[in-house]
Amino acid sequence: MPIPILMPALSPTMEVGTLAKWHVTEGDEVSSGDIIAEIETDKATMEVEAVDEGTIGSITIEEGTADVAVNSTIAVLLLEGEDKSALDTMTETPAAKAPVAEEKSAPAEKPVSAPKTKNAPISNANGRIIASPLAKRIAKQKNIDLASIKGSGPNGRIIKADLDGAQEGSAVSRSMGEVAHAAPVSGGHAISPVSDKEIFATYEEGTYDLIPLDNMRKVVAERLTVAKSTIPHFYLTIDCELDSLLDARKRLNAQAPTEGPGAFKISVNDFIIKAMGLALQQVPGANSTWSTQGILRHKRSDVSVAVAVEGGLFTPVIRHCELKTLSEISNEMKDLAFRARSKKLAPHEYTGGTTSISNLGMFGIKKFDAVINPPQSTILAVGAGERRPVIVGDKVEARSVMSVTLSCDHRVVDGALGAELLNAFKGYIEDPVTMLV
Amino acid sequence: MSTIYDVAIIGGGPGGYVAAIRASQLGLKPVLIERENLGGICLNWGCIPTKALLRSAEIYTTIKHADEFGISVEGVKFDFDAIIKRSRNVSDKLTQGVGYLMKKNKIEVIEGEAAITKDKSLIVKTAKGDQTVKAKNIIIGTGARARNLPGLEPDGKYIWAYREALMPDIMPKKLCVIGSGAIGVEFANFYNALGADVTIVELADRIVPAEDAEISDFALKAFKKSGIKILTQSSVKEAKPGKKDISLTIEDKNGKTKTESFDRVITAIGITPNVENIGLEGLGIELDRGFIKTDGWGKTNVANIYAIGDVTNPPWLAHKASHEAIIAVETLAGHSVKPLNGNLIPGCTYTTPQIASVGLTEDQAKEKGHKLKVGKFPFQANGKALALGEPDGMVKTIFDAKTGELLGAHMIGTEVTELIQGYAVAMGLETTEHELMETVFPHPTLSEMMHESVLDAYGRALHY
Repeated sequence: MPIPILMPALSPTMEVGTLAKWHVTEGDEVSSGDIIAEIETDKATMEVEAVDEGTIGSITIEEGTADVAVNSTIAVLLLEGEDKSALDTMTETPAAKAPVAEEKSAPAEKPVSAPKTKNAPISNANGRIIASPLAKRIAKQKNIDLASIKGSGPNGRIIKADLDGAQEGSAVSRSMGEVAHAAPVSGGHAISPVSDKEIFATYEEGTYDLIPLDNMRKVVAERLTVAKSTIPHFYLTIDCELDSLLDARKRLNAQAPTEGPGAFKISVNDFIIKAMGLALQQVPGANSTWSTQGILRHKRSDVSVAVAVEGGLFTPVIRHCELKTLSEISNEMKDLAFRARSKKLAPHEYTGGTTSISNLGMFGIKKFDAVINPPQSTILAVGAGERRPVIVGDKVEARSVMSVTLSCDHRVVDGALGAELLNAFKGYIEDPVTMLV
Repeated sequence: MSTIYDVAIIGGGPGGYVAAIRASQLGLKPVLIERENLGGICLNWGCIPTKALLRSAEIYTTIKHADEFGISVEGVKFDFDAIIKRSRNVSDKLTQGVGYLMKKNKIEVIEGEAAITKDKSLIVKTAKGDQTVKAKNIIIGTGARARNLPGLEPDGKYIWAYREALMPDIMPKKLCVIGSGAIGVEFANFYNALGADVTIVELADRIVPAEDAEISDFALKAFKKSGIKILTQSSVKEAKPGKKDISLTIEDKNGKTKTESFDRVITAIGITPNVENIGLEGLGIELDRGFIKTDGWGKTNVANIYAIGDVTNPPWLAHKASHEAIIAVETLAGHSVKPLNGNLIPGCTYTTPQIASVGLTEDQAKEKGHKLKVGKFPFQANGKALALGEPDGMVKTIFDAKTGELLGAHMIGTEVTELIQGYAVAMGLETTEHELMETVFPHPTLSEMMHESVLDAYGRALHY
C-alpha cells in the first residue's frame, strides 16, 4: 500500500504552511533521510526528509502552494514492488483529496515525513516541540510561547526549570516579536544606554520607590527597544476633517437598536479601524512585512488596536477589517478590549495583525509618533478630534479636525507609499459614505 | 610514580566505587583509594547488612503469624548468631562483588589512607609505606561515621552505634534506641521483632521527623502496636553504666525525669563527616556545618577537587552518593551535565511497615506557598494488600493545585520501598496528574494504590 507523505507541523499551533520547494519529482527514488521538500511558515523554514524508502508516486501539492493544512497529503510514496496503479487505492483517502487549508484533516496514515529544522526551535522529527507535560501546562497557564524556549532536558526537552526565566505572556509579544527572535533577549535586560550601576549611583537611595518589573513590562521594554533601534522609522502626519464622520456616526447610533444581538454603538475609533482596513486594500504595497527572504504582501487587513491595560498594553487584532461592517468591528472591538483589560485574550487574538492603531485622542493628545509593532511595517497614531479654524475658500471656518501620524518601516514602505496610504485613509474618514462601496 | 591519573577517588563506598566505574567507562584512568573495605558503610555497615537482619526478623514474625495464613508451625525459634552471621555473609559477598567490578573495569585500587597535599597530589599511607599519587582531578568520597552524643559515646560494652548494633555481643532483652531517624527505627524494629523490650527516645515531637507528618503519625501507631515504646520530645540526660546494665535518666518535654535500666543503648542521632586528616585545611576547602561544601556538580571551592556522598550536604543516602559520583565524573570529563536535583531523591526506611517518600512533605509544600491537592489511599482498600495479609498502610500524593505538578509522594506499608521509584520517575519526567491518571496500573498489585491516591487528590478515587 502506498504511503501518503503528510504536511508536517513545525509547532503545536501550526495549522498551515507553505510548500516552498520540492527537491524531488514524480518517479524519483528516495531513501530514508533524503531531503524531499522545504516547508515555510512565518517562523522558519524546514526540510522534510523521507523516512521510508521508495519511489515518489505522485506529488499532490505543487511547489509554492501556501496555506497547506497540516497533516494533509503532499505526496505519495510507492514502496518497493508497487507501481502507479497502486495509487488508485489511495484516492479514497480524504486527506489526499482535500489538502488545502481545511480544518486539520485526521492523519490518515502514519506520517512518513520527518522534517529537519533549519532555524526552527527545538523540535523532534515530527516538528513537535518536546516539552514535559508540566512545562506544557505551565506554558499554557502563563501564556509562554514554548517555541521560543530552549530546552535543557534530554534531547532538548523543555522542562519546568526552563520556564522559570521565561517571559510570561511571551506569546503576547509575538505580535511585536519576530524582530526580537532574531536578536535574543534575556529576561528584561533590554539594551540600556545607562547601566543599572550608574542608575543606582545617580539617584540617592530612599528618594525613589523601586517597582519590580513584571513580565508585560519586560516584554514591552525589550520588543519596543528592538523595534525602535532596528527598524528605520519615519513619520507622516495629516489632518482629517471629521464633521461628516461625526454626523454619520450620530445618525447611525441614533437608529441603532440598543438591546439584543443587533445592538451597537459606533465610536470614532471604529470608523478609524474600518478606514485603515480599507486604505490598506486600496494601497496594498503598504500592507506588508519585511523579511530577509522577501516582502510579505498581506492579503487581509488585520488591524491591531492598542488597548491600555493595567501595567502595559495589549494589541488585540480585528481581522478582515476590509470585509466587516462598522457594527461588527465596533462590537468585536468592545469584546476584545474588555477581555484585554481582564487579560483573558487567547494568543491568536493578539498576534498576527498587519498594521496597528494607537489612539490617544481621548487624553487630549493633539499629535504623537508611535513605535512600530514588529513584524508590522506601519502604525497609525491618532490624535484628538477638536474644533479648529480651517480656511475654506478664503474664509475661516470652524471644523472638527484630527491629526493622525503614520510611522512607517522604510525598508518596506517608502515616503510616497506611506503618503498614498494616509491620503486613502483621509479620504474614507472625510467622506465616510465611501466606506460603503 | 610516573603515572598521572585522570582522577583519584578517595573512598570506595557507593559514591567512590561508582565514580571509578563511570570514569573507566568514559575512557579515563581512575585510581580508587580505600582504607578499609570496598563498598563503604553501605555494603559493610549500613544499608545491606541491616536489610539482611530485617529480613530475618520479618520471616520470624511472619512464621509466628503463620496461623493467620492457615499454616500451623510449632516450636518457632531463632538463632541470633546465625542471623548475624547471615548478615555478615551478605555483606562479604557484595564487597567481593565490588572488588570484581573494579577488576572488570581495570580500576587500580590502593588500600590505604589518603591525604591531599597543597600541590594537589596524594600521599597514601599503605601497609607498605607511603605512596605518592598524582591525578588531574580528585574526588573526595570519604563518607561519614556515627555522630556521638556527649556522655553516650560507644563504650565497647553498653553503648552501641550502628557497627556494634550490627555485630552485637548479646541479644539485649531491654534496649534503648536514641534517635528515630531511619537507622534508629530500623534497629528498633529488628530487636523488637526478636523479642527485645525496645524504647525509642526522640528529641523531636514525632518519629521519623524527616517524613511527612501524617506518615510519622501512622508509623508511631504501627510501631506502638508492635510493642515498641516511644518517647517523643524526650532526651537522655545521664547515663550510668552499672555492673550488668546501664541506667539512663530520660527527661520528657515537661522537664520531668525518670531513670530506667537497659541492657544496651543504640545511639542513632545522625552522622559526622570524615573530613579529618585528608588535607582539607591545607587546601582551604570550604566546609558547611562540618560537611564539604559543593555545588550541584560536586565541585568544591578548589579547582579540580570534587566531593560526593555523605561527606557533603544531605540527604546522606547511598543512592545520592552514587548519583553525585556520576555527575562529578561526567563533569570533570567535560560533559555537559545537569546538576543534582535534591528534591527528586527518594528515601526508604525498612521498618514494619516500610516507609518510602520522594519530594516535598505536605508541610514543606505549604511553606513554599503551594496550594495543594492531596490524595490518600489506604492499604485496607487494596486487594493485593489484603491477600498478602498486610492491611496497614497508606499512599499519599501531593499536587500543586494550579499546575498539577506532583510535588511529593509518601507511602507507608508493606513493600512501599519497591513502589516509590514509580513516583520518582513521574516526577523526574515532570508528569502532571493527567498522565498519572491515564497510566494503566496492573491488577492486582500494591501499585494500584499509587493510581488511586492520584485519583483521590482530584476527588476521583474509585475504590475508596
